[in-house]
Amino acid sequence: MAAATAPARSAPSERLSRPQPASAHRPVVAVIGNPNTGKTTLFNALTGLTQHTGNYPGVTVESAVGEFTVDGVRFLAVDLPGTYSLSPRAPDEMIAVNVLLGIGEGVRTPDVVLCVIDATNLDRNLYLLTQVLGVGLPVVVALTMTDLAAKQSINISLSELEKHLGVPVVPVQANRRIGIPALRQALARAAQNAHRSISPIRFPAVFNHEVDALAQSLPQMNGPSPLSRFLLERLLFDAGGSIETTLVQQLGAELRPQTDAARTRLAAAGVAVPQLEVDSRYHWITQVVEATVQQAPTTNQTWTDRIDAVVTHKIWGLAVFLITMAVTFQAIFSWAAPLMDSIDALCKAIGAWVGDLMAEGPLRSLIVDGLIGGVGAVVVFVPQIAVLFGLIALLEDSGYMARAAFLLDRVMASFGLSGRSFIPLLSSFACAVPGIMSTRSIDNRRDRIATILIAPLMSCSARLPVYVLLISAFIPARTIGGIIGLQGFTLFAMYLIGLVIAPPIAFALKRTILRGEPVPFLLELPPFKVPAWRVVLFRMYDRSWAFLRRAGTIILATTVLVWALSFYPNQLQVSKEFQARRATASAEELEQLNTAEAGVRLRESYLGQAGRMLEPVVRPLGWDWKIGMATLASFPAREVIIAALGTIYNLGNEQDEGSVDLRAAMQAERWPDGRPVYTPVVALSIMVFFALCCQCGATLATIKRETGSWGYAVFTFTYMTCLAYLGALAVYQIGSRLG
Amino acid sequence: MEKTLADLAPNEAGRIHAIKGVDGLSQRLAEMGFTLGQMVRVVRFAPLGDPMQVRIRGFSLALRRNEAQRIVLDPS
Repeated sequence: MAAATAPARSAPSERLSRPQPASAHRPVVAVIGNPNTGKTTLFNALTGLTQHTGNYPGVTVESAVGEFTVDGVRFLAVDLPGTYSLSPRAPDEMIAVNVLLGIGEGVRTPDVVLCVIDATNLDRNLYLLTQVLGVGLPVVVALTMTDLAAKQSINISLSELEKHLGVPVVPVQANRRIGIPALRQALARAAQNAHRSISPIRFPAVFNHEVDALAQSLPQMNGPSPLSRFLLERLLFDAGGSIETTLVQQLGAELRPQTDAARTRLAAAGVAVPQLEVDSRYHWITQVVEATVQQAPTTNQTWTDRIDAVVTHKIWGLAVFLITMAVTFQAIFSWAAPLMDSIDALCKAIGAWVGDLMAEGPLRSLIVDGLIGGVGAVVVFVPQIAVLFGLIALLEDSGYMARAAFLLDRVMASFGLSGRSFIPLLSSFACAVPGIMSTRSIDNRRDRIATILIAPLMSCSARLPVYVLLISAFIPARTIGGIIGLQGFTLFAMYLIGLVIAPPIAFALKRTILRGEPVPFLLELPPFKVPAWRVVLFRMYDRSWAFLRRAGTIILATTVLVWALSFYPNQLQVSKEFQARRATASAEELEQLNTAEAGVRLRESYLGQAGRMLEPVVRPLGWDWKIGMATLASFPAREVIIAALGTIYNLGNEQDEGSVDLRAAMQAERWPDGRPVYTPVVALSIMVFFALCCQCGATLATIKRETGSWGYAVFTFTYMTCLAYLGALAVYQIGSRLG
Repeated sequence: MEKTLADLAPNEAGRIHAIKGVDGLSQRLAEMGFTLGQMVRVVRFAPLGDPMQVRIRGFSLALRRNEAQRIVLDPS
């Protein structure tokens, strides 16, 4: 029955078919291990400068890929996400299983699996290793943290361990590059011998019978290959897990009652799953550890304990945390600033130089304003990204990040996220682009997406000029109750708005479109260590380059698009008119004429026409069409509004938020009936709109990149625009009634 | 009344008797080494009362109180 209906149900790319062996070309080494084992440092040491982030077939997230050479043979290494076991409960966790079993389009089984084991945590690390051995591929074990183990008086007999595991064990100290050549040799030998590993765990006969019975009734899975057996065992072990779900999709719903019945029988026989797997493995592990490890009892307080006592302390801990956050924040704001200003100035200089070389016209405008301006708009983010990721790498590698998550989890959990979301959200106060990129540290996909979707609500540094301009021009410089300055308070309130709206939205998202099985917090607190500078530098370089490559193209495209909409239709008539006026003008008047011309051009452009068409839509917010147009122009990048307003009010586009002329022009603006356009309430409504709206092509591009789909980017844009509109509406309507 | 890991105070230890429930959490706990008969010690609680830091099999783990409540200890 199952055989007849199976082909119709499954897509070829997802079929758990017999794997194709890797070709003789470029053997593949898959690297797997627990989190916090120094796997990243080891991968770095193994592959050196060939390391880059790429999309390995079968791996849906970007992972580290690199090469190394042994005796002239080039090997490809792929770093699998850190994991504690091979029992996937979510599609994301299927990555390791898919790669090891060669499932999916274009995936070949690896030639060798490199399992990274932490010498200071042998029991728990061996759990994963016994599972990996059960897959039946050639395995090499790298034993890391041996120096740390020695300090803790842990003595491991390598020969004994090798005997029990049946695979080579190579001790390494990745940060000091000790043992790496030996490791490469071991990997090359393993690939050549192609000696299949065997699981050392013997499960009870009754369990093996059930597996055999299952194998009989699933014709596709039939075969003597241990690979298939691995999947069958996992099928029985992981009730409701991803493997069962995938196989049910492929083979039909009749599978589930079979596995359920098998599990019931096992439970009745006294060997219930999943306890059976855990008990069997740890039973074996305990025996092996006893035979291979000698640990002298130590009651010394380690450095980690001492630092932890401070860092997680009620008072000192929070103090250290606040200082760390302040430094991070400050770094993004001000350390990156000089570099950003230089890039900005450089781009303007290049633009001016090129502009002088060319004749007036659309091509010049395209190149100067569109392309060079666009490239500048992209590159200017790089210093912030590099600085933020450098700091994050430092915090992560040292082990402090886990403590920060530990401190904050209570607060974050109250609205459905976890402590891990804090750093990305904090970073978003400086700039959402690196903030969103840093959500990679959140291993749970749903939590990660929820964090990404609320990150743009954190008022970023680009909103600040808008706030400053409007507050200084239209919020009276009074004090509330004689103590709190109204202007400062308004600024604070704008920052607060995003912060206050984000938790309910995260909560709602986790309850609706992102709902799923609650994710355990279970966060390991690794020992503190000195961060490896190679890892830090690589992270800075890698993230910056990734941003330029992907988000860059989209930002450039939108900048050019906005340029086009604000330049065309570029009626000749306007140019002629101004040419005539320029001919009879004096030197000072020329400057004025140029800016006036720019103003007229903008008003007559497609963007300007759109603005005027949209006036009915923005009237309820208290805005006129010029404000609407400027807002529209700033959708790709919110800072643009200032230049746009400057141009519309015939002041040219060199205005900034401190400019007196712009403030004066805005204060002088009148409706046809004489009422001022800008009142404090209107200013507030504009600010609220900007606080809640995602006017940043770079952010949307980054969201698309990090979530893998345009859907989430569109969703973010939509929900935030609606929020912004409703917020501005409420503020204006209620505010104008209150006077 | 059964005693769970969430009931311990800092520096108190207990031996694992059972893990309640059969879901992702219980499986993950077991995989990470929370097995029957294993000793586990509470190190501290976070400043806001939750989560808690425990020590088991030579490593430190942070988990929430409601997760710790799943771990039933020997009554001794």
